Amino acid sequence: MIRRKLDNEGPDRLYTLTRGRSRADHHQLDLVTLIVSRAEPTRGMQSEHVRILQLCRSPTAVVEISADLALPVSVVKVLLSDMLDAGQLSARNPSATRIGTSLPDADFLRKVLVGLENL
Amino acid sequence: MDSRISDRHLPGRAPLHETAAEGVKIVVVGGFGVGKTTLVGAVSEIRPLSTEEVMTQAGAGVDDNSGAAGKTTTTVAFDFGRITLDEELVLYLFGAPGQERFWFLWDKLFAGTLGAVVLVDTRRISDSWYAIDRLEHHGTPFVVACNNFPGSTVDLTAVRDALSLSEDVPLIDCDARDRQSAKRVLLALVNRLYALTSARETTP
Repeated sequence: MIRRKLDNEGPDRLYTLTRGRSRADHHQLDLVTLIVSRAEPTRGMQSEHVRILQLCRSPTAVVEISADLALPVSVVKVLLSDMLDAGQLSARNPSATRIGTSLPDADFLRKVLVGLENL
Repeated sequence: MDSRISDRHLPGRAPLHETAAEGVKIVVVGGFGVGKTTLVGAVSEIRPLSTEEVMTQAGAGVDDNSGAAGKTTTTVAFDFGRITLDEELVLYLFGAPGQERFWFLWDKLFAGTLGAVVLVDTRRISDSWYAIDRLEHHGTPFVVACNNFPGSTVDLTAVRDALSLSEDVPLIDCDARDRQSAKRVLLALVNRLYALTSARETTP
């Protein structure tokens, strides 16, 4: 269903949504970066921005926003970067130590184990 | 006059707690129909969601302003679920296809992932060879889980041989539909990570 929606829209709409930009590197947004709103939507705002501000009243991962907006992850990252730059959102990134290929520390893994045991 | 904008598009799922501070990733990799989404759904606190990522193939001109014409794009769809681990940690469990084009996007999507579960259909073991090879290439720790389809019997020793899996990689069987069974698979992976971390910390 999501595929069909994107296919129908074609790349032109995605291009317009992000005003032609395809990269959003400086915030280093991850799939699981948690986004939180710092503003309320206002009239005249781009509809995707309104949706994002509403969704992120509670912390919401980048990938969840992508699923809810039915937009590819990279397009959502561009939208989020603009809104972060404008101070409308804040981002909670994964710890730097867990970026890359190094193993996480034992304390962190113990927390994950406890959380899974409690399922 | 109420100027508040309608919330009609909000999703129905439960929101995360305000204190949620850090997302963690685990990826379930497997061939088509092996039960990735089933396993994700068995442990997820939300109904699995799906989305996609689009990649413009290398070779397309980055300064080509002539529009989309001539560019080759690859789309990879994947689904995911969510498990709140504690007040701060939230685990996102991704179900990802193991086919070749997917691995071009691995670094973009799954850099920093804790580890992976390779979900195997014992009737189509060769489907998993490529995924295991790629995970080893990326240095991603993993466990292998055989999904027990009704009527199938699993000889784990034979599966280990067929996958040329080294003895230290955990190999377990599971029922991807069963919450406790799916939970055991995730615990096997995190215990594996814990063992690797402990080994590293005691190595001078």
